[in-house]
Amino acid sequence: MTERGTTAPDPAPLLRAVQVGRHFGGVAAVDGVSIEVRVGEIHAVIGTNGAGKSTLINLLSGEIAPSAGQVFFAGHDVTRWPQPRRARAGLGRSYQRTTIFPEFSVVENCRLAAQARTPRPWRFWQRAAADRPSLEAAARALTAAGLGAEAGQRAGTLSHGAQRQLEIAMCLANAPLALLLDEPLAGMGGEETERMLDLLGALKDDHAILLVEHDMDAVFRVADRITVMVNGQVIASDVPDRIRADPLVREAYLGEPEVLP
Amino acid sequence: MASDALTEGPAADVGALPDIARREAGGWRVPAAAVLAIALLPLVVSPYGIDLVLRIAVYAIFALSLELLVGAAGLVSLGHAAFLGIGAYATVLGSGDSGGSVAWLLPLAVITAAAYALFAGALSLRTRGVYFIMVTLAFSQMAYFVLHDTQVGGGSDGIFLYVKPVLQFAGTTWLDLDDRLTLYYTVLGALVATYLFLSVLLDSRFGHALAGIRVNEQRMRAAGFSTYLYKLAAFVIAGALAGVAGFLLAAKDGAVNPELLSWHESGAVLLMLILGGIGSLRGAVIGAAAFVLLKELYQSQAIVGPLADHWQMTLGLTIIVFVAVLPRGLIGLGQRLRGKAP
Repeated sequence: MTERGTTAPDPAPLLRAVQVGRHFGGVAAVDGVSIEVRVGEIHAVIGTNGAGKSTLINLLSGEIAPSAGQVFFAGHDVTRWPQPRRARAGLGRSYQRTTIFPEFSVVENCRLAAQARTPRPWRFWQRAAADRPSLEAAARALTAAGLGAEAGQRAGTLSHGAQRQLEIAMCLANAPLALLLDEPLAGMGGEETERMLDLLGALKDDHAILLVEHDMDAVFRVADRITVMVNGQVIASDVPDRIRADPLVREAYLGEPEVLP
Repeated sequence: MASDALTEGPAADVGALPDIARREAGGWRVPAAAVLAIALLPLVVSPYGIDLVLRIAVYAIFALSLELLVGAAGLVSLGHAAFLGIGAYATVLGSGDSGGSVAWLLPLAVITAAAYALFAGALSLRTRGVYFIMVTLAFSQMAYFVLHDTQVGGGSDGIFLYVKPVLQFAGTTWLDLDDRLTLYYTVLGALVATYLFLSVLLDSRFGHALAGIRVNEQRMRAAGFSTYLYKLAAFVIAGALAGVAGFLLAAKDGAVNPELLSWHESGAVLLMLILGGIGSLRGAVIGAAAFVLLKELYQSQAIVGPLADHWQMTLGLTIIVFVAVLPRGLIGLGQRLRGKAP
């Protein structure tokens, strides 16, 4: 597990799962998985359909509770923390199926997300549309995600790719420390994919990013570390070059030999 | 901080964007004119008409309270009459034989209704969708049967309110709700206050969070909102406002009975919202007026003859037609007409 020396100084992992598992009935969707994500790195999780990648993200984000193991985030044992509390602590996530507020404006999508961390939310006499802290966070996030020009549009009218970008912007509006991204490139065209990869590369500098993705070209381009899951278990975790050469991984993908670039 | 990199460069200009989180259309002129007209009505209308407007106004407050749940937060409750009834019962039981002061009977009605809403909401909000509908119904039926089958509130016959609430201060009587006109303006004032309170609330961060929960609760939780607490707060506020309506209803009718808490009442207030148009405060008020007027019409022997005995049937058919023709309610009709005008 300790593959030191590949990148110079190895900071303590911001997000760490230790032997987490989740059983649905008798089926182990995730079984004894340990994973670490650091600031400054994109840690990709790949695996065939049903390997447990999305369940792993749900366990890390707190959407479902683990049946075994522990999750640590930013120095806290967050295993028993519900999702909203983890989110407020700086754990943002995107979903495989685009999860935005289609009927609100693009900026309101981000402003609402940012509002989760603004103080004194019970002040009902203050108008949300005049809430400076959340508006400023929304504007910054939209600019960072490259959606500044679309701020006034209705979110549901954006292109698919722009909606995926908006979902990232909504995460950023919350000033997260770590991002859990579930197939952010799904359904994207070539140009949209490039833009998203540029964005991920820019975000990596001060975020810890866990990326679940099916687009292998993209994964091997941007990932600093890759974890391979099969049937709920980790079969390999290493830098991309060694993952590419790993016989176990080759075997797991044998049915789809052209998948690994 | 992690967001430092994001502060660089010009931020998108979001100063003057249309706020489309809220769907309320139109300005303040029409509601203000309506309030003025209703305030002047006692000059020209018979006591029967006054009573009708009073009933509409009380039910409008009740419908507004449910609109916060159904329209704003997307929580369809089929037990909202429990809070109306509890507020009304609290008023009558608190008055006793010698009457009481508005200054403590109104808070009593509100707090009692809010307390039951806290209890019922804390448990029912653990469920979703159709289960939530059934659990809220169960909680209201529980309250109904307690009042119906025990002697806490006079059993199935209910109890009379012998002396209406008054507000006395420094030796002067400021409000005597036994006086019809005083009651009229008190109810009208309460309606305006409820409406203004809810429109401010829906424009606030709390209101926007409720809208977010209605549209996509999963995303709200991912953003860090403890959505359960937001929904519970909405449920308690809605219960408290229904308690206000209950207080006014008891003062208006001078009696309470368990039917106030029945599921018919819960269904009726939902129908008011559907008639008026869910998702709009003025829709709730218009829906309450339409429902009370339609019911009055169909119950009137003089107008519909023998059909008056079957008013549920005619009212039901009318509502079916309304929903089929106006899926967005009467408020939707108004918007459609305005949209076609130049």
